[in-house]
Amino acid sequence: MEELLFDLGFVLTHYNYWMFVVLMMTGLYITVSYGNLVKKIVGLNIFQTAVFLFYVSTGKIVGGTAPILTDDPDAVYSNPLPHVLILTAIVVGIATTALALALVVRIRETYGTVEEDEIIALEHEMDAAIGGER
Amino acid sequence: MLAMIEANLPALQVVLPMLAAPICAVLGRGTRSWTLTMAVVVLTFAVSVSLFIATLDGATISYRMGNWAPPFGIEYRVDILNAFVLMVVSGIALFILPYARASIAFEISEERQPLFYSAFLLCLTGLLGVTITGDAFNIFVFLEISSLSTYALIATGAERNKRALTAAYNYLIMGTVGATFFVIGIGMLYMVTGTLNLADLAQRIVEHGDSSTLRMGFVFILIGVGLKLAMFPLHLWLPNAYSFAPSAVTAFIAATATKVAIYVLLRFMFTVFGFDYDFQAATLRHVVLPLAIVAMFAASIVAVFQDDLKRMLAYSSIAQVGYMLLGLALLSHTGLMASVIHLFNHAVTKGALFMVAGCYIFAAGTSSISGLRGIGRDMPWTTAAFVTAGLSLIGLPLTVGFVSKWYLVLAALELNWWPVALLIMASSLLAIVYIWRVVETAYLQPSPEGVVRKEAPLWMLLPTWGLAALSVFFGTYAALTTAAASRAATALISASNMLWQ
Amino acid sequence: MTHGTVLLLAIFIPAGVTFLIAALGNRPNLRDSASVLAAVATFIAVLMLLGPVMAGARPEIALFEVMPGLLLAFSIEPLGMLFAVVASGLWIVTAIYSIGYMRGAGEKKQTRFYICFAIAISGAIGIAFSANLFTLFVFYEILTISTYPLVAHKETPEARAGARTYLAILMTTSIGFLLVGVVWVWNIAGTLDFRAGGILDGKLDPSFAPFLLALFAFGIGKAALMPFHRWLPAAMVAPTPVSALLHAVAVVKAGVFTMLKVGTYIFGVGFLSKTGAAEWLMWLAAASILIASIVALTKDDLKARLAYSTVSQLSYITLGVALANQMGVIGGSMHIATHAVGKITLFMCAGAIYVAAHKTKISELDGLGRKMPITFIAFTIAALSIIGLPPMGGAWSKWYLMLASADAGQVAMIGVLMLSSLLNVAYLLPIPARAFFAAPSAMPAHSLGAAAAPDNRIEEAPLLCLVPICVTAIGCIVLFFAIGGLYEFLLHIPILPETTP
Repeated sequence: MEELLFDLGFVLTHYNYWMFVVLMMTGLYITVSYGNLVKKIVGLNIFQTAVFLFYVSTGKIVGGTAPILTDDPDAVYSNPLPHVLILTAIVVGIATTALALALVVRIRETYGTVEEDEIIALEHEMDAAIGGER
Repeated sequence: MLAMIEANLPALQVVLPMLAAPICAVLGRGTRSWTLTMAVVVLTFAVSVSLFIATLDGATISYRMGNWAPPFGIEYRVDILNAFVLMVVSGIALFILPYARASIAFEISEERQPLFYSAFLLCLTGLLGVTITGDAFNIFVFLEISSLSTYALIATGAERNKRALTAAYNYLIMGTVGATFFVIGIGMLYMVTGTLNLADLAQRIVEHGDSSTLRMGFVFILIGVGLKLAMFPLHLWLPNAYSFAPSAVTAFIAATATKVAIYVLLRFMFTVFGFDYDFQAATLRHVVLPLAIVAMFAASIVAVFQDDLKRMLAYSSIAQVGYMLLGLALLSHTGLMASVIHLFNHAVTKGALFMVAGCYIFAAGTSSISGLRGIGRDMPWTTAAFVTAGLSLIGLPLTVGFVSKWYLVLAALELNWWPVALLIMASSLLAIVYIWRVVETAYLQPSPEGVVRKEAPLWMLLPTWGLAALSVFFGTYAALTTAAASRAATALISASNMLWQ
Repeated sequence: MTHGTVLLLAIFIPAGVTFLIAALGNRPNLRDSASVLAAVATFIAVLMLLGPVMAGARPEIALFEVMPGLLLAFSIEPLGMLFAVVASGLWIVTAIYSIGYMRGAGEKKQTRFYICFAIAISGAIGIAFSANLFTLFVFYEILTISTYPLVAHKETPEARAGARTYLAILMTTSIGFLLVGVVWVWNIAGTLDFRAGGILDGKLDPSFAPFLLALFAFGIGKAALMPFHRWLPAAMVAPTPVSALLHAVAVVKAGVFTMLKVGTYIFGVGFLSKTGAAEWLMWLAAASILIASIVALTKDDLKARLAYSTVSQLSYITLGVALANQMGVIGGSMHIATHAVGKITLFMCAGAIYVAAHKTKISELDGLGRKMPITFIAFTIAALSIIGLPPMGGAWSKWYLMLASADAGQVAMIGVLMLSSLLNVAYLLPIPARAFFAAPSAMPAHSLGAAAAPDNRIEEAPLLCLVPICVTAIGCIVLFFAIGGLYEFLLHIPILPETTP
């Protein structure tokens, strides 16, 4: 078969991986670029979810069925291990989100805002105040 | 009974602090939870020492978690390298805890202390787990256990300075991104090999051969772990996190967390990918090595201009991580040895220095260098500990810092890379500048008027001096550390040479 | 007692006595006598070794192994013996002198002063007796660190700045260059032991030899070779006994002694002359001799002038090494002794002038010779010795250095030495000349409110200052007549590799 510069078939059959890339980049972009601390967490969640999709995709075997033991000796099963791993990863992700939200609540209580630029401005004021005392 | 304990030592190493953590949280009072934590830490240290002794002659202990056979079950695999790191981590915890009693009582309110010790134990669990496990995904889980508890620990500094909250938040964002990168990397390895057991991965990667998926996996893991270990320029979370965390926390994570990350990097690079994996070697030489050298200089220069002692030491940590990365990027036996030795040496030295900073905060209420004028006269013992550990950081002979520098320079000269050797030394000159600035302020400047400063309490002073004394002891008697490091390096190299050839 | 024990005693008496001095901090008389007694005891211990060493014995003792292959070990050969005798002998003189000076000048913190002083002597003797480059480096750094508080003694901003320069240059050079050189030697030779005839022949590519030599020549900052000489004038802010012993004897001589040691026992004179690796060093030393002398001419501050004179004289010894023949080594080592005795006299005179008349500028000395005749007679004798006129000891070392230049076929160097002697005359002799012959300052009323009429009453420094000055001045003359023995002794410095029977 001749080499194709752009193998549409390859692209289409791996659409789940493309979705992973798109979601991952979206999440990462939101995390990095948004100034709102809550939105950053949302971005982080999208980023992590993308990774979950990626893992689940790797476990899929074409024509495979759910990995539940059947009587059919010729049955092809999808790999269950990534699913199990991702269950763990989801738990880790939830824990991270919970902790992050708790931190945001505390930040909101002490700084009175969840906007990064306002917080930075406040912190600069604090630095200046310390500098002034000296 | 004894035989059973001995057979289950690797599991106990992690399970002990993990089980103690929730108990600690419900104990309700600071003293009680501290006592429990202390007892657990002592036991943990005893376990790690016995593991270290068991592996000193080169033996490898393989422990099947829940009796599932590897590569399907989770395997705990202890060789000389991670036994060494386990001992460092639990040993540092042993020094930190007596210190934490007074320091934490001063910096954190009574009702939060049980939660603090609970988080501390979880952090210890995570660090020990990362080190002991032989399963890639398990590393991720433990890494997150330690990271999440570290974020919480850092945030407890908010009682003194509310900036601890934002520091913890930023660390959380960066740390989670790093951890997720790490998971992606593991996922790619899994795609290639279908296994997660480190030893099994190593075999199958070679059978599989080089591929772009493998390369991407390597890069994701490098960046992910790089974020955790504050590899320049992924270090941005570190200065604030170290500056605003409670002193005991700073001393603990500065001495252990980055070291464990270095261990993970060593393990993946040399056990999993193999010492002579070309793509990795090229990345190390052309990316990691220059970055390490830049870190050594940039971070040290920034450290020179800091006014806050803890912040200065934090930047110094970034520079010191540069030394460790440099050692492994040299890709030689001596270089690896230098990395492993420096891992230990820096843990001891920086632990002592951060503990001194904590003593200053306790006694003088400040860690700003200009606020420490003349403190050498009011707190002679604390300041003497600072000088001792500071000399070690500079790398004067008969301190551990010298041993590290010696092997690093030797490694560079063995490759005939003498400019690197000169750069290593030049960067340690910057350490003279920032350490001596403090020494001069503490001893030679007049005390501010009307300030009363008393020596730190004995329970803080003793552990501080303990670590400072260790930094001299292992500097004058380096046979033990060098032997352990040399065997660890040999183990890392010999295993992987068989792989790719 | 075995020789090994005596050797250790000589090194550790000064270090051990610091505890005694610290304990006696509140009783100045006892404390100061302890310091003098320790000096005497150390000198006796060194003398006990002199006999055996002259008879050809090489006492040696190894303490412990710091890193694999790197031992903290001591062994005595003629060169080290000479340095130890000079350092410990002059310590007695200075110990007595410092009592007079420190009390006369009303200096504070005398206990710290004596403690650091004693440690510095320990360091110097440790350098003298070290059996390998590693041990030497250890004591070299101990000497640097222990003298820092001495230089900064006054704690004024100028003292701090001077001490900073002092530490910065010495540490920069020793860690930046010397340590790299040491590791390099270790890397190619596999040993750091001082061996007759050197350890590098056949192992070091001759084309690299000049670079390695440069690492040593510049790395040994204590030898004050230009352009790394700035610390020496900067350190003159120290109290005069410090300047006298440490900057005319212990510290600077430790530097040039290290140069001699490296030249003879690491490179080997034969290797240096065969490869011509030291040719550039010879020219640099010559330039250093002349430039420093010219700078000295421009200095009005007495101690600063003496400091630059020291820079110039030290390069004589470096020149001796660079000439790379036996006469050069002998002349260089002889100059260690003759210059030490001469220069310490000059510094102690400067101190005596400060204590008695509170003068530090040469332009203020007019007519002072009539008030302080003994001081200025001693000054003249010592100045003549430095210039190199018979019947003073200094004449011989210059004589042998000239012989060495002739041996090496470097006629230009003879010219340099002669020119330098002329410059010495120009910057040293005007000082006593003004004191004796110039009319006292024309200004009728001095700022201190002195009487207008010149009075010629004797106003010498305290007796404890005066006696040491006389002793060393006589020493200058004695050295001239005793030189035969010294020459015989120095002939024992092994130049050629030992032939194994």
